[in-house]
Amino acid sequence: MTDSVAVMIVVATIASGIRLATPFLLASLGEALGQRSGVLNLGVDGVMLIGAFGAYYTVLKTGNLYYGLLVGIALGIVLGIFYGFITLNLRAEQGVSGIGIYLFGLGMSDLLFQKFVGTPRPIFPFMPLHFPVLSDLPVVGEMLFQHSIIVYIAFGLVPVMSFVLNKTTYGLNVRAIGENPEAADSLGVSVMATRYSAIIIGNALAGLAGAALAIELGIFQQNLTNAMGFIAIALVYFGAWTPTGVMIGSLIFGLVQAIVLQCKTFGVIPRSASDLAAMAPAIITILALVVVARRFRQPAALTKPYVRGG
Amino acid sequence: MKSFASLFIPLCAVLLALAIGAVMLLALGADPISGYATMFGAAFGNLEGFSETAVKAIPLLLVGVGICIAFRTNVINIGGEGQMVMGALLATTVALTFPDLPPQVLIPLVLIAGAMGGAFWGAIAGALKAWFNVSEILSTIMLNIVAVQFMNYLLRGPLMDPAEVARGTGIPQTMRLSPNADLPILIQGMRLHLGVVIALVVAVGAWFLLWRTSLGYRLRAVGHNPDAARYAGISVPANITAALAFSGAMAGIAGAILVFGSESHRMVTDGSSTGFTGSAGFNGIVVALLAGLHPLWSIPSALLFGGMLVGANALQRAAQVPSALIIALNGLIVVFVVSSEYFKERLRPTVRVDSELETNLEENGDD
Repeated sequence: MTDSVAVMIVVATIASGIRLATPFLLASLGEALGQRSGVLNLGVDGVMLIGAFGAYYTVLKTGNLYYGLLVGIALGIVLGIFYGFITLNLRAEQGVSGIGIYLFGLGMSDLLFQKFVGTPRPIFPFMPLHFPVLSDLPVVGEMLFQHSIIVYIAFGLVPVMSFVLNKTTYGLNVRAIGENPEAADSLGVSVMATRYSAIIIGNALAGLAGAALAIELGIFQQNLTNAMGFIAIALVYFGAWTPTGVMIGSLIFGLVQAIVLQCKTFGVIPRSASDLAAMAPAIITILALVVVARRFRQPAALTKPYVRGG
Repeated sequence: MKSFASLFIPLCAVLLALAIGAVMLLALGADPISGYATMFGAAFGNLEGFSETAVKAIPLLLVGVGICIAFRTNVINIGGEGQMVMGALLATTVALTFPDLPPQVLIPLVLIAGAMGGAFWGAIAGALKAWFNVSEILSTIMLNIVAVQFMNYLLRGPLMDPAEVARGTGIPQTMRLSPNADLPILIQGMRLHLGVVIALVVAVGAWFLLWRTSLGYRLRAVGHNPDAARYAGISVPANITAALAFSGAMAGIAGAILVFGSESHRMVTDGSSTGFTGSAGFNGIVVALLAGLHPLWSIPSALLFGGMLVGANALQRAAQVPSALIIALNGLIVVFVVSSEYFKERLRPTVRVDSELETNLEENGDD
């Protein structure tokens, strides 16, 4: 009897960990692509917040969750073009300008929310998908096959991103430009166009991550992401710039969060101690950064603006 | 001392952001001219407003001055938020531990504790960069998250107001701290307190440090050209760590002042990442950038942003425009200022700001 309860709790925790990992995964896959092309984007959290508000408001007005996702992506694309212009054309310092984008997103999403919504009204999240046979499997079914579509989109993007980066000409160009833009340029690869595309796709994914978060939580509020976008950036380093590594990192983060939530629900640990446990991911990341900095090398041209003949 | 371009361009960045703000006000159905008049009238129009502005400017100035030191050493300190929190926590703990000390002792003590808490948090990131090659941008961001969670833990646990525990309301805040640690009010009936004097002294001190001491010279040398600095016998890791420690110390003092200069005289948060700081750790970056990374120019810069925060609240009451508008505009100002480096280079392609420094370094290197 107690065993089956324990199994239920573990299954529920893992399932919720996978759900919680999804926004991290989307955002950090996007950030990884941008960084592979040599551009650091610290504004992920701001882009997520704008995407989250856009999606929330769209769903509130239209009732269509897919429109919400599309609006999140579209807002990410707009911010991506803007970020590309300031970092690629105007060669702005990437660390600091990203903080500018973050503050803009933090303020703008709050402003629009207070002006056009005011009091929080819930929206209804995606229904879990139901796969024949698979979803009905004991244990595994609940763990893996009863999620909403956005979870499968996010995890489906991992092999896609790996394939694009490693097996396509575009991916080769992205990696070449992140390592040695001069050499890539001399071979006729457009540094500007490739970086623009990587930044735009990366920001679109950040916008989608925000949309997914707002829809999953069914709510928007000031600073909804609560620094999730910054953790997504850290996950890129944690995962050593590979889609699979980023996925593993996201899953660890999601699971830690799920375990903390579970403990809170069951009153195993007091509220204050769960705050202490929530420090763990950031501390793990700092330690991982020490290891990564020793073992793996970041893209050589990361944060360096490219000037032809410069 | 300051060239035309280095003053003119940041000013353009602010004006451009305000112009975009005007368009946003129009879109929100408010009259931009009367809106800005309300804002700046409330912030600078009378003594009481100016007192509020100065109070808001204190943490911005302190964090901004710290950012000046860090960025001049070519260290991108994004950790002002966490350093403020850790400074405030240590200062609060000291005030809780020694509530009976007289104000003449307790006030300096809590400020020093604030500086030490912030410096410690900054130095961690500095040491990680200097000796483990960990990007300070990432480590400071992570340390922000750790600090906020640590604060949430303490304010909901060991440091929580016993009255909150008894009532079971659970607001994450401490008890009312010792009145002996209250920062004295400077003008009766207003909120302006001693913190403003401390912030001004720190700003002048930072200027002195950077341009009148050999330590400041070494910090700038490392920021300007680490290879040349190393060749001249300057320890690059030690100076990077020192820069982040100084920067953190100033943010830590800002955190302490936020606690002991507050009206509630408690440390309070709301559980969110910016609940205690009100984003001052990020907004300080805006102040420093606008000031051209100069501690003394940071004074008017902080007053401008403090005034915008005060004005934003007035605007919210007068025209129902949420004060979050100002956070968004701050973000745009950051983006415009860092983007304007491009135009600055184009306007004066041959002037080298630190050419004197470079010559000195080369001379030292030959010795």
